[in-house]
Amino acid sequence: MDLNSFAFYVLATVMIVAALRVITARNPAHAVLFLVLAFFNAGGLWLLLQAEFLAIALIMVYVGAVMVLFLFVVMMLDIDIKRLRRGFWSNMPLAATLGLLLLAEMALVLSTDYFGATAFPDYVQPADYSNTKELGRLLFTDYVYPFELASIILLVAIIVAVVLTLRHRSDVKRLDPAAQIAVKHTDRLRIIQMPAEKEAD
Amino acid sequence: MTLTHYLILAAMLFAIGVVGIFLNRKNLIVLLMAIELMLLAVNLNFIAFSHFLHDAAGQLFVFFILTVAAAESGIGLAILVVLFRNLSSIDVDDLDSLKG
Repeated sequence: MDLNSFAFYVLATVMIVAALRVITARNPAHAVLFLVLAFFNAGGLWLLLQAEFLAIALIMVYVGAVMVLFLFVVMMLDIDIKRLRRGFWSNMPLAATLGLLLLAEMALVLSTDYFGATAFPDYVQPADYSNTKELGRLLFTDYVYPFELASIILLVAIIVAVVLTLRHRSDVKRLDPAAQIAVKHTDRLRIIQMPAEKEAD
Repeated sequence: MTLTHYLILAAMLFAIGVVGIFLNRKNLIVLLMAIELMLLAVNLNFIAFSHFLHDAAGQLFVFFILTVAAAESGIGLAILVVLFRNLSSIDVDDLDSLKG
């Protein structure tokens, strides 16, 4: 067994075990941490497949940002785990049947001669090949419109997340900056004309 | 190492994601995590085929899937926070206020 296969089997085993723990962990915070472990091993597998840029992006962007967001939300919510776990294993027979059926069907299709046990072509990249450079070139030439669309999707997601979680409380006294700026001197000070009064004798 | 190894591995990960959706039928946050697992399996397939066919376009699609998945989980978690603020629960069974 060469180093490549050994690394594949180690990473794949850890990833599958971590994924199983994600869906069975009692505490959601543990589930998030096991998901982080699964993502790390997936990053290793992507390195084996020579997708260096995406492997690093997965770990830095996905684990560093999205999973931390998950962790924040899990820790912020005070959820009743006992109530959520009630009847957890009662769905297991159906879930296991369906999962195994799905896996068996996919394995039957994928292990035919069409994809076959075809080894990856023995192709060596030139010494000055850069995965990041190649992806960047494609991203800004052939795929520039999808790239712009992806940025718009992210912008929409930012606005949606802010608008959804924004909360105006009516029971708290607060300053309204717009009203403060729009105020005029006539609103604050009123000069009235009145005749001078003579002191009574 | 063959392509089939990676495809079967991705199929296993996808099946685990599907089973996770069935098991955690009540817990909204673990449902989101199971969806993340399924997206990871799809990404693994894309990268395996990209390596097999020597076509970097597969890796670009993973790039876009990651973008959409990040947007999806961001909005999903925002909805979850609003839901918890209103119901003090993330149980899917409590989301029946539209039921007549």
